[in-house]
Amino acid sequence: MANKTLIVIGNGMVGHHFLEQFAETPAAADYDIHVFGEEPLIAYDRVHLSEYFGGSTHADLALGTAEDYAAKGLTLHLDEPVTELDRDNRKVLTPKGEYTYDAVVLATGSYPFVPPIDGHDRDHCLVYRTLADLDAIRASAEGRKTGVVVGGGLLGLEAANALKSLGLEAHVVEFAPRLMPVQLDADGGALLKRKIEELGVQVHTEKATTAIVPGEEARLRMNFSDDTHLETDLIVFSAGIRPQDTLARSSGLEIGERGGIVIDDQCTTSDPQVFAIGECALWDNRIFGLVAPGYTMARTLAARLNQDAEAGFRGADMSTKLKLLGVDVGSIGDAHGATPGARNIRFNDEQAGTYGRLVISEDGKKLLGAILVGDNGPYDTLLQYALNGIDLPKNPESLILPVSEGGAPALGPDALPETASICSCHNVSKGDICGAIDAGCTDLGAVKGETKASTGCGGCAALLKSVVDNELEKRGVEVSKDICEHFPYSRQELFHLVKVNGIRTFHSLIKQYGKGHGCDICKPAVASILATCWNEHIMATDHVPLQDTNDTFMANMQKNGTYSIVPRIPGGEITPDKLIVLGEVAKEYNLYTKITGGQRVDLFGATLSELPEIWEKLIAAGFETGHAYGKSVRTVKSCVGSTWCRYGVQDSVGMAIRLEERYKGLRSPHKLKFAVSGCTRECAEAQSKDIGVIATENGWNLYVCGNGGMRPRHADLFATDLSDDELIRTIDRVLMFYVRTADRLQRTSVWLENLEGGLDYLKEVVLDDSLGLGEELEAHMQAIIGTYQCEWKTTVEDPEKRKRFREFVNAPEKKDPVQHWTTERDQRRPLANADIA
Amino acid sequence: MTAHNNWEAVCTVDDLVPESGIAVWTEAGPVAVFYLPHHLPALFAISHTDPFSGANVLARGITGDLKGEPVVASPLYKQHFSLRTGICMEDESVRVKVYPALLDGDRVRLKVPASQRRTTAA
Ligand code: SRM
Ligand SMILES: Cc1cc2nc3c(=O)[nH]c(=O)nc-3n(C[C@H](O)[C@H](O)[C@H](O)COP(=O)(O)OP(=O)(O)OC[C@H]3O[C@@H](n4cnc5c(N)ncnc54)[C@H](O)[C@@H]3O)c2cc1C
Ligand code: SF4
Ligand code: FES
Repeated sequence: MANKTLIVIGNGMVGHHFLEQFAETPAAADYDIHVFGEEPLIAYDRVHLSEYFGGSTHADLALGTAEDYAAKGLTLHLDEPVTELDRDNRKVLTPKGEYTYDAVVLATGSYPFVPPIDGHDRDHCLVYRTLADLDAIRASAEGRKTGVVVGGGLLGLEAANALKSLGLEAHVVEFAPRLMPVQLDADGGALLKRKIEELGVQVHTEKATTAIVPGEEARLRMNFSDDTHLETDLIVFSAGIRPQDTLARSSGLEIGERGGIVIDDQCTTSDPQVFAIGECALWDNRIFGLVAPGYTMARTLAARLNQDAEAGFRGADMSTKLKLLGVDVGSIGDAHGATPGARNIRFNDEQAGTYGRLVISEDGKKLLGAILVGDNGPYDTLLQYALNGIDLPKNPESLILPVSEGGAPALGPDALPETASICSCHNVSKGDICGAIDAGCTDLGAVKGETKASTGCGGCAALLKSVVDNELEKRGVEVSKDICEHFPYSRQELFHLVKVNGIRTFHSLIKQYGKGHGCDICKPAVASILATCWNEHIMATDHVPLQDTNDTFMANMQKNGTYSIVPRIPGGEITPDKLIVLGEVAKEYNLYTKITGGQRVDLFGATLSELPEIWEKLIAAGFETGHAYGKSVRTVKSCVGSTWCRYGVQDSVGMAIRLEERYKGLRSPHKLKFAVSGCTRECAEAQSKDIGVIATENGWNLYVCGNGGMRPRHADLFATDLSDDELIRTIDRVLMFYVRTADRLQRTSVWLENLEGGLDYLKEVVLDDSLGLGEELEAHMQAIIGTYQCEWKTTVEDPEKRKRFREFVNAPEKKDPVQHWTTERDQRRPLANADIA
Repeated sequence: MTAHNNWEAVCTVDDLVPESGIAVWTEAGPVAVFYLPHHLPALFAISHTDPFSGANVLARGITGDLKGEPVVASPLYKQHFSLRTGICMEDESVRVKVYPALLDGDRVRLKVPASQRRTTAA
């Protein structure tokens, strides 16, 4: 029974992680748990804060929901800062009341340090830490020209990128002689500066700001100690963080010399009833400004409260791998070579714009630290050498030299010791992964579910996959890619067999390359491959038995065996006359009618034998099949665009229709959805589609591989400012490459995530034509487009094909006896079996 | 044909679709007839009613074999039913009715036992 109270102060990343780790353990049952957060929003992913400017919302970034908290029995007080920690009376005070406690966890994080420059508190002097800060920056930037970030560290550069994304001319002002002074050396900093300036962010190093005064051309003017100045509309301070230790200080807890709540290995402060974790905590005189060490503290404390005597925080690795404004930066361990006797190997390629430095132990055997700028390729390997004390190869320089010059092979998963940390976010070692596999996990998904590896920042995904595959193979688990028991091939391999050997029927494929008679897995997959390669009518006799009922009858089967009908309405644009026809047909056949989520109309409840009759009428009125069945192009959603909308910069409806007309009928491994928005307001939600197009002043931005549905994924920006023709050519290539290489039932989102080399590789193939496939892909697409026919039209015109739609071949007049109907909201719907009984 | 007087003639060979099924109406209600030309025997008949959904749809499923057993997959929720025994491969406690079927000239005949004949065909 809960008879004690535990109070957690701070609902940030680490406080949240602590609750996740602790709430369901035995010890938690002893406590009533109250969580206080100063921010009005539930804990969110601060690491990905900048994505807020890219369109992510709080909900996207949130780490949990109020319902999750309630379900775990946690009482959440948001927007309620703790103003006093009264240790004598064991209670905390907030503006809303006071609460007594038996134990307190301080997880108050840190706050941005704002140097006490004259004028630092003027309007439009801002910081970068919370969602509220970002709202303030966005508001301040609205309609303005320039922004300055004070501080050229990791966060400062991220903030500069954010200003840039808001359309401002961005400047970075750094006091030190180089960027990222903590992580980089002079050469690395100089290269980073050059690269960032090439991207249009102006960098001013060795500048000390003396005052901020009202500006003449812009809102503010910054005066520097060298008598120069800079005018700007807003300033974001990012000059470091300070532990948020106010409560701890005023309540007399031990505080470090330069701030931070002193904790021991068990995360206990100088008061045994008070604990501190995350960025507010000072361990061994050190503050950890990264999330992974905070998570480790959270886990340590959860274990410690459960009387785990082994639990202890023993420091953390502060290595970082980042992409700043698109530039790779990596810093590992003792990057500055502070260890006595350390030796350096440097490779500075000004031509390629890459810099690498290795810091090696005196005996030349171990890697102590490293710096990378411009290419993080070697990072994972170097980190493993450094963290696990693995002996360096004979020519360690090969680790940072370009591969073409005989670089050392990447460190295979076998070379890693059991203790090697694979996922630092969730503290998963190689040993944990082996354990999960021994306990029965037989694929990557299961290992992720069991260990949580790779579900934090995601940075370890590639390493995790290679370890899992390697371990599975070692245990003799075949990482089988066979499509089913009938074919020892993957979909991609089957595609090649069909294409290369000119195979046109399932029968000849299975005779030559398979065994048995096939099944509901391989038949539809092969049907789709055949359709992509040869594009014959899917109702051609040989193909009929291969298809799922939806494809066979070109309609979607509903739960009572009737079908739905979805005519194509390209771009969502429809004439009143056509709308009337839809209404008339629906009325005649008593079809339940609904507007779909894809900007068209779905008519439900047609029996098999009614389908051709209905389609005859629709085709006569100018409709075509909408391929709502089948793995093919669904809709191209559009907003109204420049034709009507006052903000539209291109004709989105026109482009949507052009795309829909072009790609309709294309058969693919899974369904394909498109959308076209007429301006950045994005009313067509293009970034949630497989292919998303957003109009710009100069053309179109193309986004690829988005997904709604079960596991939503934002589409990735693929190419910008394309002309109409460039857009189409690029989409041709992307789609055809997907159709050729994806697995069965793999949406573009999952395909991209599994594509080796990811987005960059896809760009190389499509935009740079690295495989020399470009023209072939386009030609293939053109061939498919050229042979398009409306399947329904061909069907209703062919008496033989129409025969397939008889409900009972021997009793044409017979109605299906199990269909029971009722009326709801003035329309007919099927009765559930339970209602009938 | 008198030789088969309790064998109901349901359709002709022309009505069949190779490697797939069709539905016929019989005295026992809706029955799915499958024609697998590469199989011996080539003709199978099972109830058309999918026991999991209650809908009359089994003839519209994809046919094939699993570990050598000829099967049809329900088009609704994809369970497999043996065409020989009617047993559901995913849940052996579920089984659909199976009817003997044969070709008599170009006519397809089914044997529908009296006990299974429905009197109320809606
Ligand atoms: C009719 C509609 C719901 C509605 O009333 O609005 C619908 C209905 C079905 N959806 Fe959907 N989806 C409909 C829009 C969507 C959307 C929204 C959109 O397209 O903007 C999504 C999320 C976006 C996405 O796909 O990325 C959506 C995600 C799904 C999924 C999950 C896909 C995924 O990748 O996670 C499935 C299941 C699947 O495809 O395997 C699905 C499957 C289905 C099926 C086919 C399920 C089935 O097999 O019976 C439903 C049958 C439709 C029918 O009988 O006509 N439907 N479905 C929408 C038809 C749009 C259209 O005009 O074509
Ligand atoms: C833009 C940005 C990018 C970053 N990128 C990375 C990265 O790539 N990798 C990485 O490892 N780390 C990164 N970080 C750092 C990471 O976000 C922090 O390490 C992490 O959030 C620390 O968690 P925390 O819980 O200690 O503090 P926080 O997440 O800051 O949470 C502290 C919470 O406590 C609340 N609080 C404070 N005082 C009180 C009070 N008196 N009463 C109630 N509530 C209070 C605060 O409002 C806050 O919500 C980044 C940070 C930022 C801002
Ligand atoms: S969300 Fe589910 S129930 Fe609704 S239409 Fe889509 S598949 Fe059907
Ligand atoms: S390291 Fe962040 S998810 Fe694994």
